[in-house]
Amino acid sequence: MGVALKLVAQRFALGLLLLFLVSVLIFVGTLILPGDVAQSILGQSATPEALANLRRDLGLNEPALARYLSWLGGVFHGDLGTALTSGQDIATTLGRRLGNTLFLAFWAAVISVPLAIFLGLLAVRYRDRWPDKLISAVTLASISIPEFLIGYVLMYFVGVKLGWAPTVATIYDGMSIWQKLQTIALPVAVLTLVVLAHMMRMTRAAILNVMQSAYIETAELKGLTTFKVIWRHAFPNSIAPIVNVVMLNLAYLVVGVVVVEVVFTYPGMGQYLVDHVSKRDLPVVQACGLVFAGVYIGLNMVADIVSILSNPRLRHPK
Amino acid sequence: MADNALLDIKNLRIEATVYPPGEDPQDVVIVDDVSLQLEKGKVLGLIGESGAGKSTIGLSSMGYGRGGVRITGGEVILNGTDILTGGVRGLRKVRGKEVCYVAQSAAAAFNPAHKLMDQVIEAAIEHGVASRAEARKRAVTLFGKLGLPDPEHIGQRYPHQVSGGQLQRVMTAMALCSQPDLIVFDEPTTALDVTTQIDVLAAIKEAIRDTGVAALYITHDLAVVAQVSDHIMVLRNGKKVEYGTAEQIINDPHEEYTRALVSVRSIAHEEKKPTETPILSVKHVTASYGGGITVLKDVSVDIHEGQTLAVVGESGSGKSTMARAITGLLPPSEGEITFDGRTLSRRLDQRTKNDLRELQMIYQMADVAMNPRQTVATIIGRPLEFYFGLRGKERDRRIGELLDEIEMGTGFADRYPAELSGGQKQRVCIARALAAKPKLIICDEVTSALDPLVADGILKLLLNLQKIENVAYLFITHDLATVRAIADSIAVMFQGKVVRYGPKSQVLSPPFDDYTDLLLSSVPEMQIGWLEKALANRKMESAGN
Repeated sequence: MGVALKLVAQRFALGLLLLFLVSVLIFVGTLILPGDVAQSILGQSATPEALANLRRDLGLNEPALARYLSWLGGVFHGDLGTALTSGQDIATTLGRRLGNTLFLAFWAAVISVPLAIFLGLLAVRYRDRWPDKLISAVTLASISIPEFLIGYVLMYFVGVKLGWAPTVATIYDGMSIWQKLQTIALPVAVLTLVVLAHMMRMTRAAILNVMQSAYIETAELKGLTTFKVIWRHAFPNSIAPIVNVVMLNLAYLVVGVVVVEVVFTYPGMGQYLVDHVSKRDLPVVQACGLVFAGVYIGLNMVADIVSILSNPRLRHPK
Repeated sequence: MADNALLDIKNLRIEATVYPPGEDPQDVVIVDDVSLQLEKGKVLGLIGESGAGKSTIGLSSMGYGRGGVRITGGEVILNGTDILTGGVRGLRKVRGKEVCYVAQSAAAAFNPAHKLMDQVIEAAIEHGVASRAEARKRAVTLFGKLGLPDPEHIGQRYPHQVSGGQLQRVMTAMALCSQPDLIVFDEPTTALDVTTQIDVLAAIKEAIRDTGVAALYITHDLAVVAQVSDHIMVLRNGKKVEYGTAEQIINDPHEEYTRALVSVRSIAHEEKKPTETPILSVKHVTASYGGGITVLKDVSVDIHEGQTLAVVGESGSGKSTMARAITGLLPPSEGEITFDGRTLSRRLDQRTKNDLRELQMIYQMADVAMNPRQTVATIIGRPLEFYFGLRGKERDRRIGELLDEIEMGTGFADRYPAELSGGQKQRVCIARALAAKPKLIICDEVTSALDPLVADGILKLLLNLQKIENVAYLFITHDLATVRAIADSIAVMFQGKVVRYGPKSQVLSPPFDDYTDLLLSSVPEMQIGWLEKALANRKMESAGN
């Protein structure tokens, strides 16, 4: 166990270091963006004195390092600052938005991950026969069509024509979980279609790779059914590459859903970020960037750790 | 005999589709009109070179075709039923229950993700032969019978946690666990060191005798199959050559081909006297990988001009590491290597072009030692250009000479490695080494991947070339028969040390040290009953101590 634990601890420490470096990058990145927050708040007609006053009030005259450290210190205490444009506490708003995004991503993941792996197993079971080709064709088609188009098509047919699900996915507090689920049905469907192909194809490829191994022949010669051979003998040895792709797609479900959120007017992180980028509200942009980076690094770290733990040689050294 | 036959294969025909580069797919016959019968509790040895179809026949008794191989004719009657007519479901009921399989490389045949016990009892449970608890109990008994250490707990380990010889025994236990009528042993000891092989062989033989299971024993080593079989079938190119009792095949072979197999390794080589000064002198060399465990400990050997030093030992004894130290691929941490009177730099990148030229290497896997996208002429021509700056006609003439020297001829110049047989590939590698006009060639297990008759041809060629070119060989091998055939002096290695070193006649004559004795007595001999004799001698010795 020692080797695996050490590797896991290493990955964890690396993840934290990476997150810290990303925070520097985000801060520097927003610094060198053109434009002036004070100007964008007060408008073109503001007097120089008013601009100077506002800059002083916002602390924009402090040296960059001092501003970074005070920002980072705040982050450690859960204080992400206040939005320049609305004066609201960012952490509160962001928390709610992030909750919504995670809610959507969670349900999309709950459906798409098992489905993708199952379809992958099925494709291997019927390799090069029609079920395999059908699965490949459908998932490839769904990944090739832009997600906003799938969104609008589903909205039109399922939402408007059939009336099975609402076309606007705005959720708010006070809805029951069942109402919420009904409301997000369409965006979840779109997200599932978008991430399915990638995960399914990786599952198929990873398992097919393992199917060449001598131990698969051993299993076949034990008289096991093909599905048992795949599930019991091939799948456990292809977990590492599959988990990597699954995590990449989960990260996409969190940080890449802007388009879907806009299409379905879903109150998630993506919309929040886009709104504030256009208003040059830097503290909000920084906070969103940090959260996105955290999610990305966190999920990839989980993928690494699962890969390490799925390797019996590392789990049970000689 | 036909009435109580357990397995009755009639007129078996097996085909495969091959895809030659640039041509249309073709069906080739792999096994042609082979019939055999096996009674309960008997062992039939299937012997032949690679491509003889022996594994294919063995697997056909389970209705299994590896890759794109198809059974296209004949019957495989097991316990009175033709298993080929039962479809996939019928085959599944037979596999793992009535017939079990023991593969060549147990290390690859075990699933790395599961504990040994789970894999050993899987078939028995799947077929409802035993409950989980019963199967576990049976497995533990079998582990004990097969001489595995700590039979109660070894099942809780993962495949990578036990040694190769132990894995092969666990695999045998796995086959025996569902109490089948027939076990197919497919080269079960080929990947093992000789000293391990003899124990595994004894364990397998005892298990067969105790359980009364019948077996098909597939191997390319006639000496091995003679120890375990009642009958032997000799195969060549998918056809039966000779079939008879083990006694008859070994002592009175009727066919020419069988005679060649029995008398293989009959090369007589007179040992040469050492010259005044050695061409290569390894003095007190110590080396380790990445500063970790020391793999070579204080190794000193000499090689004389135009002579062969054979380095023998088991896997992990440091033989190849010695070659890496000499070539500079692994700079030694201590010691000195002198070559032709000058001291060689430890590191490869500090050696002169002449150092590199005079010291060439040939590898075990000729396949991967050549660029598959280069023709034979390009492969052999490269050292000619690099070391001698030969171009055009001059280069072509020299390539032709070299091809003649390796007994292949200029017709092969435009071929690609994929179009050559295993033996031809190794010959091209020899020509490539010779092209540099070296004084010493390091041969690292160059015949280990080849069939005995082909390997014999390569050894004869190497000896012949030595006479003509006066080149010295450092010949690394685990095979003592090869050593006898070509060595002038021998170094026996064990755990990174040279435990015995000297002229061949001296090293191979008593009194022996313990390890050399074990090594020599473990090499199977071409006689019935050798295994029992060897084991009995061993017991006597250990009792005497």
